[in-house]
Formats: sequence, structure tokens, C-alpha cells
Amino acid sequence: MLIAVLADAPPNPWFSWQYVTRNADDIRQALEQHVSLTLEAIAIAFVVALPLGALAHLRPRLAGPFLGTAGVLYTIPSLALFAVLAPYTGIGRTTVLIGLVAYALLVLVRNVLVGLQGVDPAVRDAARGMGYGRARLLFGVELPQAVPTIVAGVRLATVTTVALVTVGVVVGYGGLGQLMFRGFRSDYHAEIMTATVLCLVLALVLDLTIAAIGRGLTPWTRGTRGTRPV
Amino acid sequence: MDVLTEAFRWLNDPLNWQGPDGVIALAIAHVEVSVLAVLLAAAVALPIGLWLGHRGRGGVAGVVVANTTRALPTLALLTLLAASGLFGNTATVLACAVFAVPPLLSGAVVGLGEVDADVRDAARGVGMAGSRVLWSVELPLAVPQLAAGIRTGAVQVLATVPLAALVGGRSLGSIVVEGFGTQRYGQVLAGGLLVAALCLVAEGLLAIVQRVVTPPGLRALGRDGLPRAGRRSPWSRRRHVAAESPADAETVHA
Repeated sequence: MLIAVLADAPPNPWFSWQYVTRNADDIRQALEQHVSLTLEAIAIAFVVALPLGALAHLRPRLAGPFLGTAGVLYTIPSLALFAVLAPYTGIGRTTVLIGLVAYALLVLVRNVLVGLQGVDPAVRDAARGMGYGRARLLFGVELPQAVPTIVAGVRLATVTTVALVTVGVVVGYGGLGQLMFRGFRSDYHAEIMTATVLCLVLALVLDLTIAAIGRGLTPWTRGTRGTRPV
Repeated sequence: MDVLTEAFRWLNDPLNWQGPDGVIALAIAHVEVSVLAVLLAAAVALPIGLWLGHRGRGGVAGVVVANTTRALPTLALLTLLAASGLFGNTATVLACAVFAVPPLLSGAVVGLGEVDADVRDAARGVGMAGSRVLWSVELPLAVPQLAAGIRTGAVQVLATVPLAALVGGRSLGSIVVEGFGTQRYGQVLAGGLLVAALCLVAEGLLAIVQRVVTPPGLRALGRDGLPRAGRRSPWSRRRHVAAESPADAETVHA
């Protein structure tokens, strides 16, 4: 099927199923690159952010400098970051991955910290009163309570990362961004549009998946809101 | 050969600074495009935001808009616009304006929404009409939030403009893209440092502007316009870290 928006001859439609079927391998490859980069970056950032956020929570003195540094780093544009990294880490996957992890890390550390600090002081008091030590308080009470905020952070970081991967095109490793850029170069509308739509769909799918996992991790937030289980 | 040395040699070469494609000219083009984009975004977002905030709704819509634009890669929008026949700076201004709308909008909506209901009541009580409440009471009280929104939006635009170099827009990003194209990594590094420096300087300057335009009576409030008292824990006093709602978090420039 061909939904053609005829502008000039030859037709250069924005949506073309023919393009998708003919270039299925290409698209799959770009999509795989995009997905694997996103998931890997989020996984690494998460593993690093959790202890960093917990550390900032346990040592409140560190929270200010941590968040300040994160804010400054966040101001640096992705293109500039890739440009600064590329001469040292080379052209390709490593550079993109480092950049993605850096940005995801900033979002995640902030949310882990906010989540841990947002725990109801009464809950914390109760746990202390029951004889919980600092470590048990953190792992048994504060961390589970912070899960919704942490999940919100992971969702935000994931959606941002999906969009950010496309900038990797400057070092030749941009997943679906490669298709967008190639489509722009060769003035192939369908290629740009297909990559754009796939990007949006990918972001949506990952966002919903993580939201579902978050709901699964916090069964106590479901059901009747007013009456919490005691 | 050392890339860093090469980058500094590039930065020290006066030939790279002068002329129509020199650093100075490109930086001016960069700032011009950014200012246009922010003005365009402000012309669209501020009236809508003020109206929504005045009527006390639109918070949810703002979050939805912000999240959608977050998922849409800038590169996608740029290539889409460029492929539709809008090359160069027109496409850049349009694309960047689209991404600057959410922070401006949420700044206006949140700023007006957080005006104390008692203050609004008092203004009505002394006989102010709706529009006068907006202009002489709500707007001045919302200045910190509005300014924060404009600052976030402006810095974001400055950071997004370099990407437009990929589709032919002129900015400091051109130096980076050209360097990648010719495999001169010293130039790439130099361009990256210039772009980063521009954004950090702009962020700093706008922070000062934000302080200056805030009415003296409101200066005691924090950066996000929230009072320093009443925060959840003692150590978050230093910096308000509300990242629970995605609309509050700043955006990466994808």
C-alpha cells in the first residue's frame, strides 16, 4: 500500500510501506542498535546511580556538590559532549554509550536522592523505633519507599535516551538517527518519517514497560488509596 | 599528535576566528538564531500559559506536551523540516522554538498557579477585575517561575542549535560537524569546547538576569520560586530538587 503525498514527479511520499518492506533488514539493524544502546546505557547508569544517590542521601554534605555538578554537566549540549569525547574514545559505539550514560546518570542520581529524601519522616521514625540500623533502614524501608520516584526517573531517563541516541549520528553510530540522516542526505522522505515514527513508538513502548515493572514492584500502592495496609 | 594540543592550536589561530565562517561570526549567528527561536516560542507559549494559569488549569496538558516533545528527537524534527524544503536557519528556528515551548509554558502555568489563593482573593476583594488581577498581582508574583522557564528554554535552545549544523544551519555546531567531516579531531574538540562554553556562560548570565528581574520582595524565594521554609528535609534546603514530575526536570538536548 502506498499513501502517496504527491509533490513532484517522481513521487517522494512521507509514508511508504514499500520502503519498509524493501529495507526491512536495514531498519531492523538500526532499530536493534538503537534499542541495545538505550538499554545498555540505562542499565549502566542505573547501576552507578543507585549507590551514588544512596551515598548522597547518607552523607547530606555530598548532596549539594553532587547535584551542582550534575546541573552543570546537564547544561553541556550532547553534540559538544560527543565532540569532546570522540577524539579520545574514538568514532563509534563507546563514545555514544559514554555520552548516553552520562546524561541518564544525572537524571537518575537526582531522582534516587529525591526519592530517598522524600520518605515520610514518621515512617523513618517508626523503623528507628523498632530498632532498625542505618543499613537496614536504607534497604528495608527507604529504598522500597523510594521506588515510585526512582521508576519515574528511569522512565524519564529512558525516553530522553531514546531521543538522544539519534545525535550519535555525528560519530556514525546513531541507531535510527542514521536512517534519518541518510534520508535527509538522499532526500528520501519515507526513510526520515519511518525512523521518526519508530523512535516515538520505541520511547512509548519502553516507557509503558518500565511503568508496568514499577507497578509490579510496588504492589502496596495499588488498590484502595486511602487505607494503606498496616 | 595530541588532540588537546591540536585543539588549542586551532583555537589560537586568528584565521579561525575571523571572516564569514570564523568563530565570532558563527557565535553571532548561533545567538541570533537562538534569540529568534526563544522569541517565537515565547510569543506562542506565554499568552497560552498566562491564560491557562489565570484560569487555574492546564497543568496536566503542560506535562503531556512536555513529555511528547521529550520523546521526539530534535534530529527527527530538523531532518523532517529540512526535507520539507525549509533549509538552514528557518528550519532551525522553527525546530528549536518547538522544543522551547514546554519550559516556557510550564513556567507560566506553574508560576501563576502557585500564586497564593488568599492574595488573589484579596485583590478581588479590593475590587480588581480579572484582567487587573492578572497584570498587577499574579504576573509580578509569578516572575521568578516565568524567568526560570525562559532561562531553561533559552539554554536548551542554545544547546539544540548546534545540531542544526547537520542539516546546514550555521552555528558554532558547524565547527564540530565540519571537523567530523574532515576527520580533524582537534577542531572537533575545539568546537565542542566553544559550544559548551557558550551554554555555560549563557546559563550563568541568565541566572543573574533572573535575579535582577525578580522583585525584591520575592528574592528570598529559591531558584524555583519555592519558599525556603517548609521543605521536606533539612539538607534539601540548599537546592530544591523536585524531579518527581517530569515537567520540572530540565531537558537534555536530543
